[in-house]
Amino acid sequence: MGLNTSKLPNGPEMYVGEGYGLTQIEKVIGMARANSIWPLPFATSCCGIEFMATMASTYDLGRFGAERLSFSPRQADLLMVMGTIAKKMGPILKQVYTQMAEPKWVIAVGACASSGGIFDTYSVLQGIDKVIPVDVYVPGCPPPPEAILDGILKIQELIKNEPLRRRESAEYNDLLHSYQID
Amino acid sequence: MAEVNNQILGESISAQFGNQVLSVEETYGTLDIVVEKSIIIPLIKWLKTHDKFQVNFLTSLCGVHFPEQNDRELSVVYYLHSFINNIRFRIHVFLPASQPEIPTLTTLFAGANWMERETFEFYGIKFIGHPDLRIILNVEDMDYHPLLKQYPLVDATRTDKDDKYFGR
Repeated sequence: MGLNTSKLPNGPEMYVGEGYGLTQIEKVIGMARANSIWPLPFATSCCGIEFMATMASTYDLGRFGAERLSFSPRQADLLMVMGTIAKKMGPILKQVYTQMAEPKWVIAVGACASSGGIFDTYSVLQGIDKVIPVDVYVPGCPPPPEAILDGILKIQELIKNEPLRRRESAEYNDLLHSYQID
Repeated sequence: MAEVNNQILGESISAQFGNQVLSVEETYGTLDIVVEKSIIIPLIKWLKTHDKFQVNFLTSLCGVHFPEQNDRELSVVYYLHSFINNIRFRIHVFLPASQPEIPTLTTLFAGANWMERETFEFYGIKFIGHPDLRIILNVEDMDYHPLLKQYPLVDATRTDKDDKYFGR
């Protein structure tokens, strides 16, 4: 055939010939999205401190293409919820989520965001998945920066392998409807 | 200026308000004064305007629930401080759960406003005359007073805790 199979670093497999490569556009878009995430940090407590370490020089989330934090939900791809969410904060979190443009992903960092953590009490939301859909949960109380990076890598795998039409699918719309998000 | 200590303060309050002062005790160096509900505002006003005591600061105000005390289930605690005399003390009032009402302290200390809203929110104690007695900390549609001990502390929406793994 004269074609060699090759793999870009951190990218999809492709057939390469003289001056060209052949792969699926879905995979190229997935690679581009996965390696240029703009995270929105929604940090409310100690997990937020671990995230600061994750962004700083020793761990440096920028190595994974997520250098640029977005403090506006309009430009963000990834909502990172780090810390205890009180029930009063729930609607605000949901509003931030709905303001993000598709495609968007959510990572729940730490025990509180994932399940309420030790705050098994009347005033605390028992996991952010009570109000918004979550893609990746990072365990820990708080999780160390390595765990947050592992969560980001899991998100990158999801992004790379997401079909282009997933956001139009009936399943995805049903998921949003189950959270009363249109 | 004559020094003000716990003994002088306790004796002066007892002399001024007589048998409406139910008890005066010292706990770990701090004076605890239990009084009838009817004199709480006159007492604090007297302390605030007193030439010598000058109790000019309300440090805190909170509720307590003692479900086992018949007709004295609820308590309101006023934690007062005289900056001038460097003395602080507590005043306690007990209320029956059937009639949790007490006059507001906002007429004397504006800072009592949010503290009384918080106490109302968590214990259901109604402060008569309060300008805006709405709940302040929890979600607006909270329909019970969560720190009353008949309500469970554990949240009913918790789904990830299986009792068999937690010995409950």
